[in-house]
Amino acid sequence: MTYLLRRLAVFPLVLIGVSIVVFVAIRMVPGDAITAMLGTEAGLLTPAQREALAAYFGIDQPWFVQYGRWLLGLLHGNLGISSTYGKPVLDVIIERFPLTLELALLSMIIALAVGVPAGVFAATHNEKLSDLGVRVAAMIGQSTPNFVLALLIIYTLSAGFGVLPAMGEFSPLWQDPLRNLSQLILPAITLGFAFAASVTRVSRSAMLDVLSDDYVRTARSKGVSARGVIWRHALPNALIPVVTLSGIEFGYLLGGAVIVEQIYALPGLGRLVLDAILQRDYALVQGCVLFIAFNFMIVNLLVDLAYVALDPRIRLGEQ
Amino acid sequence: MVQHLTRKLLSGMALPGIALAVMLGTAAVPIQANAATLHMAWSQDATGLDPHKQTAFSSLRLLELIYEPLVRVDANLRIVPAIADSWQFSADGKELTFKLNPKAKFQNGAAVTSADVKASFERILDEKTGAAARANFLSIASIDTPDPATVVFHLSQPDVPILTAMSDVNAAIVPAGEIAAGSVGTKAIGSGPFKLDKWDPNAKEVLSANKDWAGGATGVDGIEISVLPDETAILAAMRTKQIDFALLNDPLVATLVPKDASLQLNRVPVLAYHVLQLNPSRKPMTELKVRQAISCAIDRQDVLDTASLGEGKVTGPLTIPSLATDPSQLFCYKRDVEKAKQLMSEAGYADGFSATVIGATGEPPTAAAEAQVIQSQLAEIGVKLDIKMMELNVYVDAWLKGDFDMAIALNGGRADPYTMYNRYWTKAGNLQKVANYIDDTLDSQMQQGRAETDPAKRKAIFAEFEKHLAEVSPWIWLYTSYSYTAQQKNIAGFVPTPTGTLFSLSKVTIQQ
Repeated sequence: MTYLLRRLAVFPLVLIGVSIVVFVAIRMVPGDAITAMLGTEAGLLTPAQREALAAYFGIDQPWFVQYGRWLLGLLHGNLGISSTYGKPVLDVIIERFPLTLELALLSMIIALAVGVPAGVFAATHNEKLSDLGVRVAAMIGQSTPNFVLALLIIYTLSAGFGVLPAMGEFSPLWQDPLRNLSQLILPAITLGFAFAASVTRVSRSAMLDVLSDDYVRTARSKGVSARGVIWRHALPNALIPVVTLSGIEFGYLLGGAVIVEQIYALPGLGRLVLDAILQRDYALVQGCVLFIAFNFMIVNLLVDLAYVALDPRIRLGEQ
Repeated sequence: MVQHLTRKLLSGMALPGIALAVMLGTAAVPIQANAATLHMAWSQDATGLDPHKQTAFSSLRLLELIYEPLVRVDANLRIVPAIADSWQFSADGKELTFKLNPKAKFQNGAAVTSADVKASFERILDEKTGAAARANFLSIASIDTPDPATVVFHLSQPDVPILTAMSDVNAAIVPAGEIAAGSVGTKAIGSGPFKLDKWDPNAKEVLSANKDWAGGATGVDGIEISVLPDETAILAAMRTKQIDFALLNDPLVATLVPKDASLQLNRVPVLAYHVLQLNPSRKPMTELKVRQAISCAIDRQDVLDTASLGEGKVTGPLTIPSLATDPSQLFCYKRDVEKAKQLMSEAGYADGFSATVIGATGEPPTAAAEAQVIQSQLAEIGVKLDIKMMELNVYVDAWLKGDFDMAIALNGGRADPYTMYNRYWTKAGNLQKVANYIDDTLDSQMQQGRAETDPAKRKAIFAEFEKHLAEVSPWIWLYTSYSYTAQQKNIAGFVPTPTGTLFSLSKVTIQQ
């Protein structure tokens, strides 16, 4: 409990650090909301016109004044107004987040459902042809960029079979579950492919380690079936590195899968951040990055707590 | 045993496979729920709804379906009525009178009156608005509204191109009441063929037909525009009949459209031009002979063929078909490497020099390829080019500051050469610091062209302007590309135009 409170107490400090870095970094990039809106036509503005637009976008003050204002708003639960969407940043993020969460969960389910059995299979057939096959497949999975896979899937389905999930308007799960799944399954497979490959490799090597442990030999000598040894005794201990990997990957996916969302035209968090950066929607960039950082910290915390559940020998917070 | 395992494996794989196929098949059936709704897609969305502030290509394409200017240009770049039924310049060219269409109504039901026109132009001219098109209307001294259907613009000097500038959606007429309420940009109320029902930025727009539109009934009940950022995905969505009509930017994708029997590619040469901008304020581009050598060393057709698959036409500075000179008549439009080397030598750069060329990633999609072809061509005369590709906004920032040796650009064209080039080649041009080149001859030719009302004389003035500009080579004009739209073959009535406007979607019909 103390460990949990201590971890939670660090959250605000990390978030303030992240917010300062993002606030300064996005303003250091050349270009601003005015050039993002007008492009080269911004050169036709008179100084007075430019000032009026700067005031409209809230970029007419020095950065520390802008940051102070923003931080004050944040303390009141206000992340600012998005200049692109014309509404509170938090509302925009909340609209986009369910899709990203769902996509991340689906990808993780696919990755674990494929990766763990494949890793266990490879470990139990160590150095056999089937092990080699799994390792080669995992290598291909890890080294295939997801944009290549996404384009390949889209091209094959549309040109070869004339089908494609509905693109353009995304249906939330609670509105139309079937349409929602049809829109998310291909992106989830695209993301889950490389994720599964990593899980396969980590599961295989962790299983190989565990299978050579004394307690596994003891279990075998006591007559426990091969299946029982693998699934009941070895696998739970081999899962810790898999949990670590999945946590990191899941946290990463919660930040949005920019390229996959872009290709499949999914209005998720990744595309939101990308568009916000391109349009120099500062409030939205800051809000999104803060939200992503928060998610990442939560996932990390949950991963640490999962260690305890998997291995009672681990005591969190002990020196 | 092996057979058993294989069977198990196959059944294990088949089940999810079948489920996936069923799922995709069920929810991905290419059905148009409403045959009278046009399903459209583009890769870049509008960036805002204020017609006086938006200059992005996709914003203009959306806004010209909702708002109307006083006049518009047709496919042959002739001025035709929009809100105004007729117009007349006074004999001295300093007074421009419009008679408004009595049937013109805003989407809120109110009639469009001369007071709305006056308020709209006053808003554009007000510096606080931040309207980019303001620079085109600085000759307006005052606006009179003798009656609700008549507007008189009093000009401080003869200004023929102002009429073309008024055809742009950046000069759209908005309700005076909305201006007073400060709601232009948050509510889209125009007098155009469609009403904006919903806008989810970077995702979707839903438009419905404006039954009160003075231009008559629209061909479809509405338009749903989806933002599909990847143009390959747009093509895939068209193949599966999810999308009826799409706007494409990338020639690589556009050339794939005709390969599908059910799709049609519309392409039309546009006024925008691809150009290698030199910076004549930086050495050695300060030297006329160096600039001319670069012009002679570049094979424009090769750039077009390699970077853009030949999708376009080599051009001189003027891209307006009725005014453009045959490029073969312009200075060094036939590649001449020997002459280029000679000019470099005479300028004292026989051994060449190094320079950096900037380009924006994906804007245009051919930018990097153009830079690479030019890099290899200029290497033949000893010019070592370092290519620096940048994110669009970073590029725009550097471009506006004139902070480059050379820049690959796709610059917008206008239906009038004065409106198109006064920003760069007049002494008072707003983008003089981008062009970095002041020339008395160019300035005087522009002023003559601005005041001249006789079309034949204007054409002669601008022909001389174009010839001189190509000869002094502050920039190396390369080619004009095509504007691409793709459509299902059951879509009828779309007329592509050199300005890239999608206004004719107002009369498009969907054949059953």
